[in-house]
Amino acid sequence: MMKPRVATAWLGGCSGCHMSFLDMDERLIELADKMDLVYSPIADIKKFPENVDVTLVEGAVANTENEELAHIIRRHSRIVVSFGDCAVTGNVTAMRNGLTVDAVLKRSYIELADLTPQIPRDYPTIAELMKQAKPLHEIIRVDAFIHGCPPTADSIWSAVSQLLEGKLPALSHVYLRYG
Amino acid sequence: MTVEELKELAEKELERQHQYKHRITYCSAAGCASCGGNAVRDTLAKTIKARNLEKDVEIAGTGCMGLCGEGPLVRIAEDGALYQRVDAGIAERIIDEHILQGKPVAENLVDTTNPFFSSQMKIVLENCGTMDSERIDDYIASGGYEALAKAVTEMQPAEVAEEVRRSGIRGRGGAGYPTGLKWGIVRKAQGEQKYVVCNADEGDPGAFMDRSVLEGDPHRVLEGMAIGGYAVGASVGFLYVRAEYPLAIERLRLAIKQAERLGLLGNRIFESDFNFRIDIRIGAGAFVCGEETALIRSIEGKRGRPRPRPPYPAEKGLWGAPTLINNVETFANIAPIIRRGSAWFAAIGTPKSTGTKVFALAGKIRNTGLIEVPMGIPLRKIIFDIGGGTPEGTTFKAAQTGGPSGGCIPAEALDLPVDYDSLATVGSIMGSGGLIVMDSTSNMVDVAKYFMEFCVDESCGKCVPCRVGTVHIHGLLEKISLGNGTTDDLALLEELCQMVKDTSLCGLGQSAPNPVLSTLRFFRNEYTELVRAPEGFVPAGTPNEQPLTR
Amino acid sequence: MAILTLTINGEQVSGKDDESLLSIAQQHGIKIPTLCHLEGLSDVGACRLCLVEVEGSPKLFPACTTKPKEGMVVSTDTERLRKYRRLIIEFLASEGNHQCSVCVVNGHCELQNQAYETGLTHVTVPYLYPKKTLDASHEHFIMDRNRCILCTRCVRVCHEVEGAHTWDLSGRGIACEIISDLNQPWGTSESCTSCGKCVLVCPTGAIIEKGEGVSEMEKKTDFLRYIVTARQKREWINVDSDEE
Repeated sequence: MMKPRVATAWLGGCSGCHMSFLDMDERLIELADKMDLVYSPIADIKKFPENVDVTLVEGAVANTENEELAHIIRRHSRIVVSFGDCAVTGNVTAMRNGLTVDAVLKRSYIELADLTPQIPRDYPTIAELMKQAKPLHEIIRVDAFIHGCPPTADSIWSAVSQLLEGKLPALSHVYLRYG
Repeated sequence: MTVEELKELAEKELERQHQYKHRITYCSAAGCASCGGNAVRDTLAKTIKARNLEKDVEIAGTGCMGLCGEGPLVRIAEDGALYQRVDAGIAERIIDEHILQGKPVAENLVDTTNPFFSSQMKIVLENCGTMDSERIDDYIASGGYEALAKAVTEMQPAEVAEEVRRSGIRGRGGAGYPTGLKWGIVRKAQGEQKYVVCNADEGDPGAFMDRSVLEGDPHRVLEGMAIGGYAVGASVGFLYVRAEYPLAIERLRLAIKQAERLGLLGNRIFESDFNFRIDIRIGAGAFVCGEETALIRSIEGKRGRPRPRPPYPAEKGLWGAPTLINNVETFANIAPIIRRGSAWFAAIGTPKSTGTKVFALAGKIRNTGLIEVPMGIPLRKIIFDIGGGTPEGTTFKAAQTGGPSGGCIPAEALDLPVDYDSLATVGSIMGSGGLIVMDSTSNMVDVAKYFMEFCVDESCGKCVPCRVGTVHIHGLLEKISLGNGTTDDLALLEELCQMVKDTSLCGLGQSAPNPVLSTLRFFRNEYTELVRAPEGFVPAGTPNEQPLTR
Repeated sequence: MAILTLTINGEQVSGKDDESLLSIAQQHGIKIPTLCHLEGLSDVGACRLCLVEVEGSPKLFPACTTKPKEGMVVSTDTERLRKYRRLIIEFLASEGNHQCSVCVVNGHCELQNQAYETGLTHVTVPYLYPKKTLDASHEHFIMDRNRCILCTRCVRVCHEVEGAHTWDLSGRGIACEIISDLNQPWGTSESCTSCGKCVLVCPTGAIIEKGEGVSEMEKKTDFLRYIVTARQKREWINVDSDEE
């Protein structure tokens, strides 16, 4: 019997959700027995694979690369899970949405720059910011949600365990916590 | 003023009018006035003076003559000839040819045997087109204030309320609550001070029934309010009229002054103990102030926001006092009911929707204008006989009644009788009388979007479903109409419409989804053609049923 | 005043005819969610969270402003009501800029609590990301309109209890906003007494005290019961012990 193929992805977020994932500590060993991690920022895999069973997506959809990856994830995953508040609500990533992209870039790369203030443009490798950062489910269909900024290791464990049992995680009330 | 003196006034006015050989009336309502009507009036007056006809020809400015799309309109009283698209040149020819030589100006003559005229039945608009809107004597000569005299001198307040109840008249503002029942409740309500309020905050896009009545026959509304005051025991009335109706406000102010001068408003009306005065309050342009509780707060000088009912204004209204609040057209029906009796009125229309209804015909229809028809008339007759059908080369698609609170009625339902209950069966409402016709060139998703945009702008913001829900519904309609929507969006749209309808605080929010719901019901294909399945679509239930382990 | 008998969620209860359905339900331990309601302030029926079903009527009724009737059969927790309540919370979440993770009342927020109560896993309507202002001109307090849900508790407590009427509303529809005096910076308000009542009654992080960090501020509204009881009944209740 093949083990479920699980992926995790990191869009517009601080990676705190992935850090929290790692906070599952010794339970990670148990997980490693039950699943194959086929794509993740914590694994060196370049291309999002096909035939993925579950993908956990951290972060809001903030730039064109995030958007493209979101669609790829949806096409190749049976179950997509919004992983943490940025993916679920936009959260901190979306706090810039009241400002224009130019204003955000100017603030970040000119006003707050220590050395050589300069807005990075015309680099084909740097994705363009979208007008607004959006929660994942406004871009693609999402099947389940894990909350928190970041989600606690316990809530991730609970969700992932259920997913591996072939269930959509019905997270108990204690894990429904924004912020 | 006594009843006898009123009769004398009427006779004197008729005598005065009979001195003239000819009476020319011109429409002085806002529609004709805005397309050159005042110049026509001036030319008529100038020509009469120049031809030395001042002793033979009287000219009078009247209320709306109905065929608004063809104005300015001029009418010759003695033979009923009606002229359309009159300009200064035609006005001069009317005097020189029609009046002086008895030869009508054929090019501009309207065929008054046309069903537009013959299929109508006028009660509310009976004086519009014939009576001088600015002269109380003319109103009195047409039987005006007779009903008030009859009520105050011959009837007990309870009898008046009962007479209104027996007439079967229902609120013309849109919801159709039985007027007599309301009068009875206010009459029986405890309170030293009671108020009468006339809702003239007509705000539906394309609707101008109330404006036309106020401009054309203001005394009729004042008389109805005074009769209401007598029936319920109120001594003060407020007429809440929107600021966008300056001509109506001007005429009302004049009418109140005239009525007060004759003692028809004020203290000891017809030498009885009944005192009644009417004040005007001007709305500042909020659609929601047409909702009665918001309107009442606005009169009180507060922010116009609705409050939950009950208590209804009939129990707790203006400044907490029992308040009778009716729409302009409802009050305009009261004097005829009292004068001619409830049985006469109840025989008109259908058993559950008696009397007539004024409609403002607009949209893709040949005869745009103001009409009055008996209740129960088939929609087909209004649109094709009276309205003349849709413009050349197009076919009828839908009729929208009730403005932003109403719904679209499809061609299949054209034989539906126009009454409160039948309109409700197809998801629309009678509304205040706006009737917008759409033809084959109209896009129903855009129609729904237009009305929803109106509600977004006009929501007062008090309750969450209306404040936020209308924005989301509008956003979804926008998305769908641009071809960016999915079947998920369509499902969400329906869910939100139902929710906003069920949970909003006042009528504005509760009815805001109606244009969407009714177009979804009858023109669903126009929506489904625009949406696609969402990406990653899995038929419902499958993720749970397929185990992950392989 | 009369005592009436009615049924709420199948349970026979009794209440006075001048009480609200909400109050009667609360006295019988039946929980109905609320946001704009606050004991001690007038009720406006605006948030629509407390809508209940009444047998025999297709309409829904706000429990906070609806009076009981003899024999009334009320349901407070049907599937339809739960769905509508969840949508109301979604609407509130979508119309503001609520980032719980950086909010001083995170963990003590009534909007958050209602989101949990209604089982809100995510907001199905698109977020509107409105451009809202934050007013930090007051010496002690901040008004952050990004987190305002327009419940008008601040407006009511300021007018009804403090008597200052510093707060009111401007605009309409989605453009509604809470403003101080004649739409001027709070710090320049001449009517504001800096009593802080609005801060305490605000259910979210819209009106907050300066100097508080994320999750640090917990609002206590029991002062209101103390003042209102003292004024109306001339009784000086001990709210602290009462709360436990």
